[in-house]
Amino acid sequence: MNFIDANLLTVIIMLPLAGALALLLVPKGKTALIKNMAFGLSAAVFIISLRLYFGFDETNAAMQFTVDKPWLPDWGINYRLGVDGISLLMLMLTTFLTPLAILASFDYIQEHQKAFYAGLLALQTGMLGVFAALDVFLFYVFWEAMLIPMYFLIGVWGGPKRIYAALKFFIYTMLGSVLMLAAIIFICLAHKEQFGTYSFSLFDFYRTAFDLKTQLWLFAAFALAFAIKVPLVPFHTWLPDAHVEAPTAGSVLLAGVLLKMGVYGYLRFAVPMFPAAAQSFAPWLAGLGVIGVIYGSLVAWSQPDMKKMVAYSSVAHMGVIVLGISAFEPAAVSGAVLQMVNHGLSTGALFLLVGVLYERRHTRMIEDYGGLAKAMPGFSAIFMIVMLSSVGLPGLNGFVGEFLILFGSFRTYPWLAAAAVLGVILSAVYMLGMYQRVVFGPVRHEENRHLPDLSVREWGYLLPLLAFIIFIGVYPAPFLRKTDAAVKAYVSAAARQQDSAAEGQGSAADSSLTNKNVNPPHSYKAGRRAAKERR
Amino acid sequence: MNDFYPLLKWIILPPLAGFILNGLLGRKFLGEKWGGWLGAAAILAAFIASCLCLSDLLSLPVESRLLRDTLFNWISAGNFSIDFALRFDPLSAVMAMVVTGVSFLIHVYSIGYMRGDKGFNRYFAYLNLFVSFMLILVLADNPILMFVGWEGVGLCSYLLIGFWYEDEKNAAAGKKAFITNRVGDAGFLIGLMLMFGLLASQGIFATDFATLARNVNLLDGKIVLGFGAPTIIGLLMFFGATGKSAQFPLYVWLPDAMAGPTPVSALIHAATMVTAGVYMLARMSFLYALAPRALEAVLVVGCFTAFLGAVIATLQSDIKKVLAYSTISQIGYMFMAVGAGSYAAGVFHLTTHAFFKALLFLAAGSVIHGMSGEQDMFKMGGLSKEMRLTFVLTAAGCLAISGIPPLAGFYSKDLVLEHVHAHGIPILWLTGLATAGLTAYYITRLLILTFLGKKNFATHAHESPLIMTIPMVVLAALALTGGWLGSKYLLTFLDPAAATLSGADPEAHRLMLISVVTALAGIASGFFFTIPVLSEALALKFRFAREVIRNKFYVDEIYEFAIIRPLKWTADSVFFGFVDSDMIDGLMVNGAAKLTYRAGLIIRKVQTGNAQLYALAFTGGLILLLYWIM
Repeated sequence: MNFIDANLLTVIIMLPLAGALALLLVPKGKTALIKNMAFGLSAAVFIISLRLYFGFDETNAAMQFTVDKPWLPDWGINYRLGVDGISLLMLMLTTFLTPLAILASFDYIQEHQKAFYAGLLALQTGMLGVFAALDVFLFYVFWEAMLIPMYFLIGVWGGPKRIYAALKFFIYTMLGSVLMLAAIIFICLAHKEQFGTYSFSLFDFYRTAFDLKTQLWLFAAFALAFAIKVPLVPFHTWLPDAHVEAPTAGSVLLAGVLLKMGVYGYLRFAVPMFPAAAQSFAPWLAGLGVIGVIYGSLVAWSQPDMKKMVAYSSVAHMGVIVLGISAFEPAAVSGAVLQMVNHGLSTGALFLLVGVLYERRHTRMIEDYGGLAKAMPGFSAIFMIVMLSSVGLPGLNGFVGEFLILFGSFRTYPWLAAAAVLGVILSAVYMLGMYQRVVFGPVRHEENRHLPDLSVREWGYLLPLLAFIIFIGVYPAPFLRKTDAAVKAYVSAAARQQDSAAEGQGSAADSSLTNKNVNPPHSYKAGRRAAKERR
Repeated sequence: MNDFYPLLKWIILPPLAGFILNGLLGRKFLGEKWGGWLGAAAILAAFIASCLCLSDLLSLPVESRLLRDTLFNWISAGNFSIDFALRFDPLSAVMAMVVTGVSFLIHVYSIGYMRGDKGFNRYFAYLNLFVSFMLILVLADNPILMFVGWEGVGLCSYLLIGFWYEDEKNAAAGKKAFITNRVGDAGFLIGLMLMFGLLASQGIFATDFATLARNVNLLDGKIVLGFGAPTIIGLLMFFGATGKSAQFPLYVWLPDAMAGPTPVSALIHAATMVTAGVYMLARMSFLYALAPRALEAVLVVGCFTAFLGAVIATLQSDIKKVLAYSTISQIGYMFMAVGAGSYAAGVFHLTTHAFFKALLFLAAGSVIHGMSGEQDMFKMGGLSKEMRLTFVLTAAGCLAISGIPPLAGFYSKDLVLEHVHAHGIPILWLTGLATAGLTAYYITRLLILTFLGKKNFATHAHESPLIMTIPMVVLAALALTGGWLGSKYLLTFLDPAAATLSGADPEAHRLMLISVVTALAGIASGFFFTIPVLSEALALKFRFAREVIRNKFYVDEIYEFAIIRPLKWTADSVFFGFVDSDMIDGLMVNGAAKLTYRAGLIIRKVQTGNAQLYALAFTGGLILLLYWIM
């Protein structure tokens, strides 16, 4: 236990990768062993991550569980990890969803099982790394590395158009990341110029100052990468294809975790690094978010394919979240962070439910169902609650997040928030419409009349989600408290623009975000010196 | 005043427990034998808790009648902090008593009505859940928690309208109710956002009703879109009320909602949920006090809806549809009272209406039950002999709604009209009066077509069992005496200040006389126009008007063509078809891919495989490079 506690983050991040490698050593034929190993391992990661959750000090705004070891010291690249409240929730979401996604794949995946579970575990390491990295280089490595298992998950185990979807997903994301990489290198060089040393430390990046015009370009480079990931309209068309083709587990993690990385990118990188640029871009981001809400909802309405509908509903939900983080208002940002978790839970559950149906009937078309309530009452009840959570019914998790986002961002963007409310209504139109055609009404296809209800395994991966959907709806306070300090830091970082834009250099070092105690001392002092000289 | 009154939560908890027990264990362990009684017992417990709270409330001095309890901090982020807190003041008390009392009777009735239904336990689970949400709605101490109840009852309404889900029509009606309500909810939410936003900018972050009432003055003088802030907030919230309380323009879901089991129509779509809008306005009265123009709108919309509903009700042939339009019309009266500035009169009419309309719906249910599911009044007739008790009870309800003294409807409706008259716009009062006449007419028509006259069916109808008739008898007793009791006690309880003023109007007696005469005229015309020869002749003569009214002025069709179809077209053809598929994916994404591919095809031609050509290009390049370096 001592070793684990001493290296908690490293263990959590690297254990899945180690497990993936271990899986490769298991003989191909032993599928039961492979499945159990994969599930056991991811469950173990979740249990270990609980130590992170309960050990986290929510009163402390600084990064916690920090690790800082030199990796490529000549370039100032370190193995820097740490979590604040925001990354904590994202990590927990990831460790929570992965075992459920694995459990949901036991019957679904029949080919190349070993490679599949190894890929899922490798993907988990990538996702966890993205949320914990405090070194921009390390972040970039995780960010890109994650693409590879996802690419194969879609491309190998996907549906009929899987190659097109996988390629589209890959190229879309690469396009954004390449510009981001250029921006990262640019900042590193600028840091060297300003402070005399190379560093990829996130906090050194925060400290590196730019004039507004440069900030705008750099922000745009980061923002595009993240906008594609979120995805914001009009950068979203990779998402429906990827979702439709991906196997259930891929969809769950794609919607549940990968999309959150875009928003996380804004929260952790783009906005605190370039607050002045963020302030001028924010209304546009918020506007795109709201367009996404309305556009995504309406397009979701016209989908005959359940998975595609859920995919477009994600575009709408993520739009609300982007509105929340662009408002720079504590309640709205808190709501957005919570809503990231909520969306992971409810959309994850929706994809799992569609998967349940797909395994039985091998179709995702709404028209192929109808009247399921009779044959599958358990399924219908869970589906109902999950649908209502997605619609944002008060008492369930979705409402808490949406409420905070809408009411909080109303203070910054009244018109946009009001328009977003209309989008939220539309969610009832497509969701209830779909539910009605799938679950209610007469049995339209004979083969549906005797579909088996949920199996024990299916209950096993749906009930945990359901429990949190209700718990967060009734009592969200513990989760909101976890993120409170981090959200305040984000809002004050975004408000930094006045001093940093007006005074130019260095003063950013005084802001609350950079007070986090993980900076390598030499570069920190050098930064202060440089800042003083310029004054 | 008492801020720590733990008994309050025990009003909400029993129905919630009932929901969980019936929902999770019902089918396997409770079955029909225990499920129904468990559901009813849960509501009885809530009713008893309400009575206890009421007696404690009454023991407090008049000016400090308020019991509160904070259960836990629900949402807290940034400056927002919203408690799960309950309040029990005279307004909440009246609502809680009506909700739990009428619910209990309807639960008991349902045990008989739903006997043998496959979804028996599911039904009682939903019904219990509905009551818990309704109680959260009326006991909430802040608008956000109220919104939880508000949407929650909408959910239960959705579930119960579509209770017999195998029929696509029922499920569709449920969906229509939910979505129409959500349209209204958007207005409600935006109104709240505006109010909280403006208050927050003044440094007020607390959301409980007492704080809001204390600080609502800060909104006065703020201009939003050319209107005073209270006016625009009031209008937005009223828009929410038109959804939930089925007023123009969002009333269209209520007639369809009759697809649900009849006790559900009695409880949710007559007595309790649909009156939530009236309660909400009364609860927010501190805001509307600053927004006279919003109140004018409430008055006019209420008046218009009352008249519209009554007109449509006159030509319906489905017994439940008549009552549905009647409900729309009667809630219009409640809004008229509120709009005229008398919340107490509105809530008074809400209470009496809960009694007589629940009675009428249950009686209709009894008829439908006795007729094995028939709802068309033209296929009934002559039932007074076969269902004597139901007939007598229905007649009592009819007299009550018609406003015949000394029955309940007379007191409350008369008070509403008195306030509207005092408000000083004669046309509104006249419309209200005409509506009263129409009400007496359509309800007499219902009574005659169903119970009197010629028998229009072959089979034999049977009287309902005691378990169904006893709740009706209790409701009938309330419909007979509720008005008198209410005018004596309820009004002073609700509004100690205003009650002393009532009766001061010298014209009050004359107005009373006019409305009684109108009601009698309505009843007489009910008998007159249902004479077969006459009604056929009239139908021929006014064929066009009759068609328009029978088709409910084509409002549903207008919405379909003006809103739903264009929106769907935009979604399908413009957004998905054109923007998503053609523009973004076709032109930009795949277009860029194709462009790259084409470029590759062209550039490929350079790669001829001819070594001499490569050598030539290489030499040329080298020369250029050397030239550039030197």
